Amino acid sequence: MSIGLTHYLVLAAILFSFGIFGILTRKNAVLVLMGLELVLNSANINFIAFAKFGGLNIQGHVAAIFVIILAAAEVAVALAIVLNIYQNYRHINVDEIDKLKE
Amino acid sequence: MSPENILLLSAVVLVLPLLGFVFNIFFGKRIGKPSAWIAVIILGIDLVLSSILCIYKLTTDLANQTIGSSADTLQIIIKDGLIHSKLIWLSVGDVVIKIGIGLDNLAAIMLIVVTLISFLVHLFSTEYMSGDPRYSRYFAYLGLFTFSMLGIVIANNFLFMYIFWELVGISSYLLIGFWYEKKSASDAGKKAFLVNRIGDLGFLIGILILYSTFGTFMFDEIFDGIGSGILPFASGSMLTIAGICVFCGAIGKSAQWPLHVWLPDAMEGPTPVSALIHAATMVAAGVYLVARVFAMFTADALTFIAVIGTITAFISATIALTQVDFKRVLAYSTVSQLGYMIMALGVGSYTNGFFHLVTHAWFKAALFLASGSVIHAMHHSLHKMHDHHTDPQDVRNMGGLRKTMPITYLTFLFVTLAIAGVPFTSGFLSKDGILAGTLAYANLTGGWHWLIPILAFSAAGMTAFYMFRLLILAFHGQPKTEAAAKTHENNFVIVFPLILLSILSLWIFYSPDPTNASIGWFHRAIVQPKTAVPEDYQWDFLLIEENAGESIKEHNQSVSNHSEHSAEQVHHAGHHYINKFAEEEHHFHGTAMMLSLLIAGSGILLAFLIYQFKIFSADNLEKQFKPLHTFSFRKWYFDELYHYTAVSGIIGLSKLLAWFDNLIIDGLVNLSAAITRVSSYFIGHFDNIVIDGIVNLLANITGFFGGVLRKVQTGQVQTYIALLIIGIIALIYFIF
Repeated sequence: MSIGLTHYLVLAAILFSFGIFGILTRKNAVLVLMGLELVLNSANINFIAFAKFGGLNIQGHVAAIFVIILAAAEVAVALAIVLNIYQNYRHINVDEIDKLKE
Repeated sequence: MSPENILLLSAVVLVLPLLGFVFNIFFGKRIGKPSAWIAVIILGIDLVLSSILCIYKLTTDLANQTIGSSADTLQIIIKDGLIHSKLIWLSVGDVVIKIGIGLDNLAAIMLIVVTLISFLVHLFSTEYMSGDPRYSRYFAYLGLFTFSMLGIVIANNFLFMYIFWELVGISSYLLIGFWYEKKSASDAGKKAFLVNRIGDLGFLIGILILYSTFGTFMFDEIFDGIGSGILPFASGSMLTIAGICVFCGAIGKSAQWPLHVWLPDAMEGPTPVSALIHAATMVAAGVYLVARVFAMFTADALTFIAVIGTITAFISATIALTQVDFKRVLAYSTVSQLGYMIMALGVGSYTNGFFHLVTHAWFKAALFLASGSVIHAMHHSLHKMHDHHTDPQDVRNMGGLRKTMPITYLTFLFVTLAIAGVPFTSGFLSKDGILAGTLAYANLTGGWHWLIPILAFSAAGMTAFYMFRLLILAFHGQPKTEAAAKTHENNFVIVFPLILLSILSLWIFYSPDPTNASIGWFHRAIVQPKTAVPEDYQWDFLLIEENAGESIKEHNQSVSNHSEHSAEQVHHAGHHYINKFAEEEHHFHGTAMMLSLLIAGSGILLAFLIYQFKIFSADNLEKQFKPLHTFSFRKWYFDELYHYTAVSGIIGLSKLLAWFDNLIIDGLVNLSAAITRVSSYFIGHFDNIVIDGIVNLLANITGFFGGVLRKVQTGQVQTYIALLIIGIIALIYFIF
């Protein structure tokens, strides 16, 4: 059985689901960010798969690299926010941070 | 000079003092003392220009012509020695209002009177007012006054006349009340203004009667209208009433009985102002007005004018007999002399009335300026002695000034002779003419009209008496106070106007013959205008006789080069009179002269007997005739009479109105307020309960839904993300 496009897409969907699951269920902000990484990487897998099988070619590769760079930048900003949250609240529990509703 | 240039020059003469006013009112304070000299120079230029105008007008015969038609914006008309312009000022629908200025012999002579006296008063004031804190403003006001007075002189329509009439009123108010810190001065200003308003109201009514009839303010058009038989409300008596209404303005301005009360009080102003306004110019405006519109007075109106003038002349002469304030004597003498002029115009002695205005202007201005000189000297003397209680104007504090102030004394003596009517003075000529006029009038009309010459002659006697009483009390005898002994003659700018004005009171300036003015240039320049009133309503003897028409024309023409033609003129004067009145006047000339000499002489003699030689004791006489003396000293109780009738009446009326206001008007206002309050109470409750209820209900409903919905907003990021994802999934589901 050769590995086709469908396998890649299923893998990416599973990875995406895990990521969403992580984002929604984890208390720790760092773990939420890790879930976010999973979502981004599942998207990367899709880009690569479509580059190989869907005719996206080089553009799919470029998009994947772009997403990696974006993720790095996003993590840098997000970790800085997390650090600030920690300084204010002395914890990084996402479910306890609900100032926004007031 | 072309007609345009004459009128242009007149306008320049008119406007120059206004420039002085504007300059002094805005910049005077900044430049201080030189502002006075600017005013003096402006008036000097004005005097020169008006002299040029006057001499040109009197020596040139202008042919009748009309430049432009009546539809043009500017029309210049020369007719019967009057050159004037008509400018369309306002044109609304059918109503066209024209204004303009005009110059005839009357106006030309008056221009010189006003500018010369104004100039001398300016000069005099530079010294008299020195040290006053509002020095420059004083000169500004003088400029405004001169401007308004010149406006009256060169107006050729009632509208202009009325505007400048009121301007004169306001500027005299400002000048009388110039020392407004003094209550008496500010009161006098108000009194003058208010009393004048009464007369002005009559004037305004008269103007409106004429305007509603003729639809124009122009003098000549109104006279033409009357002449063509159009009468106000088609009745001769309405024309009489219109004339009397217009004359009411003169009653106010010229201080005629019963509105004479303001003038003596107006002496609270600075003395040069009294000389300018209350002796020579402003009060002459009323006389000038009567002379200007002489053609429209009916026989009845003229009788009214003559009676008012006679009463004024007589009453104020009796009051002047007992006054002790230097300026008040002069004030009542002014009122009396104004009465003379009005009387003269009323009896139809037009030329002599105006002649007396001019001669009186010179010698009365001189009298007032001399009194200013005396008061100035007394004031200085008292000031040096640190005496601030003695009144520097009371003649009982003077005496013996003859030795300390010789120039003032001599000029005062000369002008006193003039006002008393002693030969070789101008006053003799004009007064004699007026008295002859009254005799002629009484003889022609008969009956009670004889009272007019009788009262006129007695007033003449009293004038001689009280003027010499004043002269003797102030200048002769021994000084009655230390201050009087220490007075000094004033400097040049004060005595120069005195000397000049006294010289002008010599007969020679008006007529070569000291007993007869009618051969002089003045009587040839000023000829009674042809009356416009229909014959039915006018005295027969005032109608210009047909065969005299040529004579008048020659009169007008031969004003030029009068010295060469004087012989011829005498010839004419002997044979042609312009009307019967002039002839009668001529017949009575000798009688009047003899009688007036006799009466004036006895008045002077009596004054000397009582006050100089003390043959009769003034105190004894005063005790013997105590009621009469008090009656005269209290000015016939006119002030009290007006106080208890007019003033109290108005105050009573005001109280009644205040009561009405308080009770009825305020009651109505309060009632409506109460109604508003009650209705507001109900409306307020309706607002609170119903309107606010609805609003609150809506708010509560919104609040409820808000409360429900806000629960969605947990503030937790993960909830939002979950909702986001659900939303995206739902979106994808619904789209595909």
